Amino acid sequence: MSADGIGAGTVPDMELPSQIREAMVAHAAFCHPNEACGLLAADGAGQLRMAYCLTNADASPTRYTLDPTEHFRAMRHAESMGWDLAGVFHSHTHSAPYPSLTDVGLAAEPEWLYVVVGSGDLRSPEVRGYWIRDGVIHEEPLVPAD
Amino acid sequence: MAVAVRIPTVLRPLAGGAPVVDAAGGTLAEVLADLDRRFPGLGERLRGEDGNLHPFVNVFVGDEDARYLDGLATPVADGVEVSIIPAVAGG
Repeated sequence: MSADGIGAGTVPDMELPSQIREAMVAHAAFCHPNEACGLLAADGAGQLRMAYCLTNADASPTRYTLDPTEHFRAMRHAESMGWDLAGVFHSHTHSAPYPSLTDVGLAAEPEWLYVVVGSGDLRSPEVRGYWIRDGVIHEEPLVPAD
Repeated sequence: MAVAVRIPTVLRPLAGGAPVVDAAGGTLAEVLADLDRRFPGLGERLRGEDGNLHPFVNVFVGDEDARYLDGLATPVADGVEVSIIPAVAGG
C-alpha cells in the first residue's frame, strides 16, 4: 500500500518487474533530450506485465502525447493477452520525477498508475509511480521485482 | 447500421457507466449523433466548436484512425467496432 494509506489493508505495494523498469529507462535514454512516453499493461491480478514504448507525438523535451495509433495498437495487444492498460509512463528530462502541473491537469484515468522516469542523469535514473485523482497526487511505492 | 462503440473510462459516467454501447448510423457523424441523442452531453465531449472531432479525442473505426480516413464522413459498416480513445498527454 502507499505510504499515505491509499488502499490501506486491501492493496499490496505495486511491484515493478525489473524488465519493465529497464524498458522504461532505456526508452527514456533513447528519446533524450525529448520526453519519452508509453503505456503499461497489467494482468487480472494487477501485476504489471508490459511496458509499451511509444512515440511521443510532440517530440518535445517538455511535453508528451502518446501516438494515437500506437496507443490503439497497444490496447489491442493488451486485450489479446488478457491484460488491461493500467498506466502510462513518461520521462522528465530536466526536472524531478514528480507529476508536473500539466501532468495533473491532463490526468484523466483515476485507475491508472502514472510513472515518471527522471532522466536528467541517465547514470542514475529515478522511477516513481503515482495515482492522480481529482487533481491530487498520491505516490505509490514501486517495489523492485524480478 | 448497428455498431458497438467502446467508451473510455473518463466518459463512461455520461454513458450510464457502460464500457461498450450500441449505436446506429451509416457514417461516423451519424453514429456520434445517435450517441448524443441517447446519452446527452456525450457528443459535445467528442466534437469541438467547429463540429469536428475534438483534438484530444481519437476515434477509430475498426482498426483505423478516422482522421486518416474521411473523418466524420467515414462510412461505418454494420458490425464494425468504433473505439473512442482520449489522447494521453502530459509534460
